Amino acid sequence: MPTTSVRLSDTKTGNRVRLVRIDVQGVLRRRLLDLGFVPGNVVEVLQKSPLGDPIAFRVNNTTIALRQEESSLIFGELIGGDRS
Amino acid sequence: MTTYRIALAGNPNTGKSTLFNALTGLRQHTGNWAGKTVERAEGEFTHNGKTFRVIDLPGTYSLYSNSADEEVARNYIIFEKPDVTIVVLDATSLERNLNLALQVLEMTNRVVVCINLMDEAAKLGIRINLDRISERLGVPVAAISARSKTGIEALLDLVEKVASGRIVPVPIRVTYSEEIEQSIQKLEPFIRQTLGDLFPARWVALRLLDGDGSLLAALKEHAGESAPVKEVVNYGQTVCH
Repeated sequence: MPTTSVRLSDTKTGNRVRLVRIDVQGVLRRRLLDLGFVPGNVVEVLQKSPLGDPIAFRVNNTTIALRQEESSLIFGELIGGDRS
Repeated sequence: MTTYRIALAGNPNTGKSTLFNALTGLRQHTGNWAGKTVERAEGEFTHNGKTFRVIDLPGTYSLYSNSADEEVARNYIIFEKPDVTIVVLDATSLERNLNLALQVLEMTNRVVVCINLMDEAAKLGIRINLDRISERLGVPVAAISARSKTGIEALLDLVEKVASGRIVPVPIRVTYSEEIEQSIQKLEPFIRQTLGDLFPARWVALRLLDGDGSLLAALKEHAGESAPVKEVVNYGQTVCH
């Protein structure tokens, strides 16, 4: 099922994304996994900062903001409503 | 009289400290962990005629991200070997909280899982099947509301049973990918040879595979200069999560 995978940094507010891959390395990778950025998990894009970076996400019932440095290394596929 | 040592672990804002205060009341003192600006709270209480010394570990989401808090919590569980570690979970976000619970279960079987904020969860319409969780995790589970002090007696009964050995939990063992499992099997004998049975070999193997330098440093410090832990450094890349 070759659905188009998107970078979390390229998502739009309101998108729901099922995570596929996390390319962040090292301690930060560990940290993201601990917070719920785990392949298979669904993340909702809550809002973007005025300049588009950072972006706030809803994961495991918690709001977490990521810088583009990290969110551009996290990949997922859009769920529903991906008509954009 | 027997004194048991109990550690409280849990995510931030799970009511861990509320439970700590409910247990110890004024019989507590605070300070810092040696050499760290991480607060250390220790207290005492009695239950069924036994004395329990409780350590309130820093609230963390994990034990592996190498922040000072997480190192303190990890080192306490692995080196000080408390008689029981109570893992406090937030009933309203179990999914996130279970991450830490599973990490602790890989380190020790002397665990009681304590699901707090049951009243909050009930308000949100969340129902929790305690028996099922206990069965799946392989450790006793108690449900409490630390704020209203309900369920604490039942929790302490479980803690005492685990501390005294009347209950011996058999925690769930997470099976990793074949590649990782094979590497664990290769490493385990070396770890046993080097460290003896002081530490859970499977867990140490996983940490090594994860490239956890801070654990190696702590092990060396703990074992003095004698242990030749060096040989296994850089065995592999970061392969597990």
